[in-house]
Amino acid sequence: MEILLRIGFRIAGIVLTIFLIAVINFTLVNAAPGDPAAVMAGQSGAADETFLKQIRAEYGLDKPWPVQLGTYLLKVAQFDLGYSFRQRQEVSDLILERLGPTLVLTLSAFFLSLIGGVFFGALAGRRHGKWSDVAISMVALLLYATPVFWLGLMLVLVFSIQFEWLPAFGYVDIRASGFSAWNYALDVARHLILPAVTLSAIYMAVYTRLMRSSLIEVSQEDHVKTARAKGVAEGAILRRHMLRNAALPVVTMAGMQVGALIGGAVVVETVFSWPGLGRLTFDAVTQRDYPVLLGLFLVMSILVIAVNLLTDLIYRLVDPRIATQ
Amino acid sequence: MKDVVKTFLGRPTGIAGLLLLAISCLMAVSAPILYPASPWEMSGIPFSAPGENGMLLGTDTLGRDIASGVMHGARVSLLIGIVSTLAALFVGVLLGCVAGYAGGTVDTVIVRFTEIFQTIPSFVLAILFVAILSPSLGTIIVAIALVSWPPLARLARAQVMSVTQREFVQAARCQGQSPLSVMFRHVLPNAISPIIVTGSLTVASAILIEAALSFMGLGDPNHMSWGYMIGAGRTVIRQAWWMSFFPGIAILVTVVAINLVGEALNDALNPRISRS
Repeated sequence: MEILLRIGFRIAGIVLTIFLIAVINFTLVNAAPGDPAAVMAGQSGAADETFLKQIRAEYGLDKPWPVQLGTYLLKVAQFDLGYSFRQRQEVSDLILERLGPTLVLTLSAFFLSLIGGVFFGALAGRRHGKWSDVAISMVALLLYATPVFWLGLMLVLVFSIQFEWLPAFGYVDIRASGFSAWNYALDVARHLILPAVTLSAIYMAVYTRLMRSSLIEVSQEDHVKTARAKGVAEGAILRRHMLRNAALPVVTMAGMQVGALIGGAVVVETVFSWPGLGRLTFDAVTQRDYPVLLGLFLVMSILVIAVNLLTDLIYRLVDPRIATQ
Repeated sequence: MKDVVKTFLGRPTGIAGLLLLAISCLMAVSAPILYPASPWEMSGIPFSAPGENGMLLGTDTLGRDIASGVMHGARVSLLIGIVSTLAALFVGVLLGCVAGYAGGTVDTVIVRFTEIFQTIPSFVLAILFVAILSPSLGTIIVAIALVSWPPLARLARAQVMSVTQREFVQAARCQGQSPLSVMFRHVLPNAISPIIVTGSLTVASAILIEAALSFMGLGDPNHMSWGYMIGAGRTVIRQAWWMSFFPGIAILVTVVAINLVGEALNDALNPRISRS
C-alpha cells in the first residue's frame, strides 16, 4: 500500500512539472511582443494570412485566456505540439526524428562523466596531498570553468584538423548507407567520441571534485578504521568499504545535473553538427521557429524527468538501504 | 571581519583569483580608452593572424579587431554576470527566507516549486525566453536570473531554518519584535555568509550561460560579447583558429578567477564547513 502511495506521489509530481512547463510556454507566447498567432506561426513574416487565421481558430486566440490555456494544455496532453510552418512538418514528428542521436550523446556523456569522475576522484582522494592529487584537482578546476562549446572547438582543432584522427562533425559518414550494421555502429562511435568527451568534461570535473572530498571523508569513518585494524588489505578496503559509500553523493549529484547535461547537449550538438534535439534547437533559434522551440522545451523537460527516474533506480542499486527504508 | 580578510589573503589560490579577476575588470574598464572605436568596426585586413598587419590578436572574417572585441566583451560578461546574480539573489533569498521562516504549507509549496524549477533544463528555458522576447541586455539578464535562483533559494531556506532555531532568535521573538525585524536584525546577518559564497560562484555560471546564449546567436546585437565571437569563429575554425581561441581564454580566465575567489571566500567566511 505504501509503495502505491509513493508511486502515486511520484506520478503527481511528474504531471505537475509538465503542467508548469506548459504554463511557462503559454505565458511566454503571450508575453512576446506582437500577435501570439504570429509567434506560433514563426516570426519574420514567413506565415501567410490563411495560416494565421487557422492558428487563431485552432488555439482559440479570440477567446478569453483561461480558455486559451485550456486549449493549449489539451493539445499538449495529446502530444500535439503544433506545426512548424518553416519546416512544413508537425513539430512532434520533427522532434521524434531527432530524439535518437540526442539520447545516444547524452547517455554516453552521462555515463562517461560518472565513470571518469568516480575514477579520477577516487585516484585523487587516495593520493590526498600528493602531486597526482594536485594535478587532477587543477585540471578539474580548469575544466569546470571552460565553456563547453569552446572546449569542443579546441578539440576539433587538435584532433580533427591538426592530427586528422577523428571526424570534426556529423553523426555518420556520408557513405554510411552502404555499411554493414557493425561498421555503421563503429562509424557512429567514431563520430561520437569528440562530442561525448566535450559534453562530459565539465561534469567529470564536478564529479571528480565531489568524489575526492567524499572519499577523503569516508576514509576517516569508523568502519574503515575497523577494517584496517583487522588487517584487511588496502585495495580490498577501498573496493569493499569505501568506493560505494563515497560514490553515493556523486550519483545523487549526477541525477540533479541531467537538466544541465541536456542544456549542454544543445551547444555541443551545435558545435559538432550532431543531428539531435540540440542542433534542432539551434536551427529553430536561427530561424525563430517558435513552435519548434516550445515543443523542444517540453520534450527535453520530459526527458530530464525520465532520466531522473533512471538515476533513482541506479541509486537503489548502489545503496540497497534505500529500498528497505 | 579582520580575520576574514586575513584568512582570505592567506590562501594563495584566493590571491591568484583576485589578480586574475583584476585583469578582467581592468580590461572592462580600459576597453573604451584603449580601443575607442566600436569593436564592430572593420579595422584591419580580414583573416590577419595574430601579430600580422599590426593586429595583436588578429582579425576576423570582416577585418574586425579580435583584441578590441576581447576587451569590450569583458564589459558585457561582467555586467551580465553581476546584475543577473544580484537579481537571482534577490528572488532566491526572498523565497528562501519566507519558506524557512514561515514553515508549514508555505514552505512546502515554495520547496515543491523550487524543485520543479530545478528539474527543468535551465539552459533551454533561457534560450526560449530570450528567443521569444528578443535578445537584449535586459532579457538576457532576466533569463539568467530566472534559471539561477533555485539553488540560492534552497540554500537560503536551509540557512534561515537553522538560524531560526537558535536561542538568540527565540529570545528576540519572545521580546515581541516584529518578524521583519527578527529576520533582518538577527536571522539574515547570521545566515548570509554561505549565501554570499554561493552567490559569488553564481556570477561564474551566469557568465558561462551568457556566453553560451550569445554563442547560439542570442546575444545583445548592440554589444560585442565573448560568446558571440566564438560562435562567429566556429564556421571558419580551419582558417582562423584565433577568432575563437582568444575569447575562450578570456572566459576561462574570468570564470576560473571567480571560482578561486569564491572558494577562498568560503574558507574565510565558513571556517567550520570548509573543505579538508
